[in-house]
Amino acid sequence: MRYSQKRMATEENKNGTAGSGTQSGAKAASQPAAQQGFVYLPLIAGWLVPGAGHFLLGKWVRGSLLAASVLGMFVSGLAMQGKLYTSVHDILDILCLAGDLGNGLLYLIGRVAGWGAEFVQTTVGDWGARFIVVAGLLNVITAVDAHNLRTGRKS
Amino acid sequence: MTYFPAVLLFALFASTVFGITQRETPRAMIRYGIYCFVLFVGSAIALSWVMFLIAR
Repeated sequence: MRYSQKRMATEENKNGTAGSGTQSGAKAASQPAAQQGFVYLPLIAGWLVPGAGHFLLGKWVRGSLLAASVLGMFVSGLAMQGKLYTSVHDILDILCLAGDLGNGLLYLIGRVAGWGAEFVQTTVGDWGARFIVVAGLLNVITAVDAHNLRTGRKS
Repeated sequence: MTYFPAVLLFALFASTVFGITQRETPRAMIRYGIYCFVLFVGSAIALSWVMFLIAR
């Protein structure tokens, strides 16, 4: 990871004592409203809806590409007759269910609408189930990235 | 769908997310995304050959 130390959310940077105080104060005042509210909002929004965390921060291109990637992976998995994990029988099922939950609202909507196969019967269906799990894991990465943007750890 | 298109799809989506989230500048994002894509596809081809040779 290559994070910039300059914009990290340290106490020094928060108080604006690293550089000139007036410049930091003016910069904080000019921040968009979305960056002054609840600090975990981009993280939660990004988890629930792919790319939403970046959209909240005004990162439209990054958010669109991330949303397209996560949605593409999820839809590809469904198209391959992959299944959404609903119950657990062993430790691997628990891990897959945790991955599926990373999809946020997509997973909940899929459960309610009955998307995906009930049983994995083909090799392609097995790949599809993995695609859906990985889509969830990628969505968690994008949500954490939105949180890092919000806190200033990343620009 | 056969195995190779599935590998290409997986590599494309995963490397896009890795590129954007693991680097800061657009240029570095594109370079890292391409690097991840090549590694995904290249390692799949290399492992396929290894399994083919083991199975013989």
